[in-house]
Amino acid sequence: MPHQLSGNESRRISGKALGIGIATGAYGLSFGAISVASGLSALQTQALSLLMFTGASQFALVGVLGAGGGLVAAVLTAWLLGARNGLYALSLAPTLRGSWPQRMGLAHWTIDETTAMALAHPEPLAAQRHAFWRTGLAIYILWNLGTLVGALSAAVLPEPRALGLDAAIPAAFIALLWPRLISRRAWAVAATSAALAIALTPVLRPGLPVLACAFVAIAAAALVKGKSS
Amino acid sequence: MIWAAVLLGSLGCWVEKFLGYLLPATTLRSPWATRIAAFMPVALLAALVAVQTFATGQSLVLDARVAGLAVAVVALVLRAPFLVVVVVAAVSAALLRAAGWAD
Repeated sequence: MPHQLSGNESRRISGKALGIGIATGAYGLSFGAISVASGLSALQTQALSLLMFTGASQFALVGVLGAGGGLVAAVLTAWLLGARNGLYALSLAPTLRGSWPQRMGLAHWTIDETTAMALAHPEPLAAQRHAFWRTGLAIYILWNLGTLVGALSAAVLPEPRALGLDAAIPAAFIALLWPRLISRRAWAVAATSAALAIALTPVLRPGLPVLACAFVAIAAAALVKGKSS
Repeated sequence: MIWAAVLLGSLGCWVEKFLGYLLPATTLRSPWATRIAAFMPVALLAALVAVQTFATGQSLVLDARVAGLAVAVVALVLRAPFLVVVVVAAVSAALLRAAGWAD
């Protein structure tokens, strides 16, 4: 029956979801350690993984706070990075949306990985639902476990700088950036933003140079539009 | 202040996700919005790479983080997983500092 999910297919999806969860858990370890090295407590770090639950925004929030960037810059950068999740939700809504409580849960777990898994299994609908919820569950548990272990380990470590944890932060950001550099346009946006952020660093308060680069994204979208029309 | 950032940041990120399930499917379907959404993470993450590597407060410095970033790029080119990229960057910066070759 085309509308049912076979046991085999269901197990295959669950296996993939677990694999993604394990990889994300490893990445949670580094988030936990970096967040504590940036000056957040283990509890604040865990709260981010439980409540914010979107990796790039979490890294950005602790990165900007750790650099002395202040509340507004940290929160705005996290929101700007999280805005893409809203577009993921728009694309998943026609097939996944359910009752109000279900939508609230769906929203919390709508991130890069769950969206990719759901969109990779469009048919039947049961497979898409299964892919979304299984991936969300695996990532939510292992991301939070990874965060806990990383945060507690970093909390007992003596000196973050001697261990190179400050060098782990840009490494984490470039690892998040790398898979998005899929076109010459993306490279151009990245290079322009990096140069602008460095140029603005001596003249703006910490945190604001990163925020200013949001305009690079907007300008690039406008330029591309101009070209194609 | 940190708790305010954690809670406000989390609330906003959740509202962004939830709005996607509330609004009609045609919202923001313009190619313009899609392109901004695609470029935004690229622009912000590249800016974060730059400032986290070269900035200390408002001054620009060259220290062991630059070497860490270079090693991270090599690891990415070699398709290393996320945790490996982060760990090799930290370890190379730590070694350079222990050897006294970089600040």
